[in-house]
Amino acid sequence: MSPVDIIVGTMAPLPRANVDTDQIMPKQFLKRIERTGYGEFLFWDWRQADPDFVTNRSEYRGASILVTGANFGSGSSREHAPWGLADWGFRAVVAPSFADIFRNNCYKIGLLPVELSEKEIAWLIELAESDPSAEVTIDLDVQTVSTEGFEARFEIDGYTKWRLLNGLDDIGLTMRHAEAISEYEASRATYRPALS
Amino acid sequence: MQPATLLAKVWDEHLVRSHPEEPDLLYVDLHLVHEVTSPQAFDSLRVGGRTVRRPELTLATIDHGVPTTDRHLGITDPLSKIQIDALVRNCADFGVTLFGLDDPRSGIVHVIGPEQGLTQPGLLITCGDSHTSTHGAFGALAFGIGTSEVEHVLATQTLPLHRPQSMAISIDGELPAGVTAKDVILGIIARIGTDGGIGRVIEYRGSTVEALSMEGRMTVCNMSIEAGARAGMIAPDDTTFAYLEGRPYAPRGIEWERALDAWRRLPTDSGAQFEHELAMAAADFEPYVSWGTNPGQTVPITGKAPDPLTGDDPSEREAIARALKYMDLEPGTPITEIRLDRVFLGSCTNARIEDLRAAAAIVAGRKVAPTVGAMVVPGSGLVKLQAESEGLDLIFKDAGFEWRDAGCSMCLAMNPDVLAPGERCASTSNRNFEGRQGQGGRTHLVSPVMAAAAAIAGHFVDVRNWS
Ligand code: SF4
Repeated sequence: MSPVDIIVGTMAPLPRANVDTDQIMPKQFLKRIERTGYGEFLFWDWRQADPDFVTNRSEYRGASILVTGANFGSGSSREHAPWGLADWGFRAVVAPSFADIFRNNCYKIGLLPVELSEKEIAWLIELAESDPSAEVTIDLDVQTVSTEGFEARFEIDGYTKWRLLNGLDDIGLTMRHAEAISEYEASRATYRPALS
Repeated sequence: MQPATLLAKVWDEHLVRSHPEEPDLLYVDLHLVHEVTSPQAFDSLRVGGRTVRRPELTLATIDHGVPTTDRHLGITDPLSKIQIDALVRNCADFGVTLFGLDDPRSGIVHVIGPEQGLTQPGLLITCGDSHTSTHGAFGALAFGIGTSEVEHVLATQTLPLHRPQSMAISIDGELPAGVTAKDVILGIIARIGTDGGIGRVIEYRGSTVEALSMEGRMTVCNMSIEAGARAGMIAPDDTTFAYLEGRPYAPRGIEWERALDAWRRLPTDSGAQFEHELAMAAADFEPYVSWGTNPGQTVPITGKAPDPLTGDDPSEREAIARALKYMDLEPGTPITEIRLDRVFLGSCTNARIEDLRAAAAIVAGRKVAPTVGAMVVPGSGLVKLQAESEGLDLIFKDAGFEWRDAGCSMCLAMNPDVLAPGERCASTSNRNFEGRQGQGGRTHLVSPVMAAAAAIAGHFVDVRNWS
């Protein structure tokens, strides 16, 4: 995973709540066994149905920050959804709330989910709609989202922040505790099921 | 000892390591794997030169992409075939047990874990699938994970996690006739919304929940994720133990006694505090039907499609209008006037033997409406065999249902079972998202008895008045 630090970019506005992962990455693209190349399928059904859908509009093509409604990423656990967002070029998603599994998946691949208040989101969406070229800065280290005339702070747990800032792989970090895992296994109840 | 919740007990029992500034490292007892969310994880293991730490705690099955007819012809969809072949190869390479296509024990991952007795109280269970919450019905802590986490569990048999919040939903009293476990969870979601459980694990409690069968409990826990919750849990009791005893992977002899001792200590202690609590009365539940494009957009069968003007704020009004448009419903349409093209009885929510029995009792001796195409897709190969031994297949076929092989099927339509654009379906599954059952398809979520009655009538009917 590459480190996440300061993200400077323009926004794509998607003012809808409860955007589920079936919409972000429809099932017909889950048959691929690769981890990359999902960008072109992002929001596929919505893009087919609506020529004016945000990711169809040229003025938002280079946007690196998706600004959207509450409970973003609800539904299926498919990591294909964050893969698609990242592959399209998004580096952060800003919303009032995220579904738990989606948020975890983002953290694992270095796509930054940023939680702001409904009011702050509404302000950013209005800006993105009126001025697609408006640049926003997301600074993970100081946990702020800012643009001219706007600054908001967001929360993130210290461990995840440290991991993202340093681009660290979770498995490598866990492997440092291999001994603790072995110890746990040695004392594990014998009635627990096993397949062989 | 401080009184503790079921969640806290299971959590603490799986702590490999905790540190005040880091997430807890938890041990995974059982890792379920399917073909869609695992190939990239196995690939990364290979690239990183890593192995599967505990293959014997890992079970793989093929469910999402399998056809439900003519299985002897093999997988004809070339992409699904590549994906399924990849799982077969990965399981062989890494020593993971696979219930393959020709194994009668294969089926939907969340149906076969319990059926095999692998899902047990007090376990920590993960799977690259959001409906892993199903297994919480046994008093396990079970939740869905993404592919990177699948790789993490394969490699380390652990997961780093922040402790979720606890939420108690207590329901007391006797459910009215015709109101099922599916209606309980739809009613809860209608009440707390699809984000009401974010960051939380819900423990379902109270006399109504205690009276549910294991199948019913699984239905409730299954859709916890539709309420946004990390997991759902129900305290293990004699119903749980009776279900498990004698199943292939349940403990035996002295180990069974040991397990029972431990399992009996799991339920939430009296006096334990939950961070969130909600109480509901069984008498207030009705048969529900979803009208919109998320599971929170649900009303009682006696209700109507809403008017956008009733939304609390502009974005809510717009969301209602968008959902009505997608669903091709006029505001104020009585639910009982909604006519159907298809009926789907299946999925990890409602395709267990009890679901099929309940639906068969409704359709017995009747005929599916001529305008409706209806199908039954059992949750596993063993559910199918059991149903056939009870003659349920004949009841369904006589009524005009198609009787299929097990799999996820039209729950997410990754296999050939797909709604055509514009088709309207009563479905016993869990998600009515746009396009879920086929691009342009329209899904209404209901219980098995409501789906069965709708298949006969050709439109939704109140199963409480069914004679
Ligand atoms: S039946 Fe549906 S919800 Fe359940 S695992 Fe399969 S696709 Fe997912």
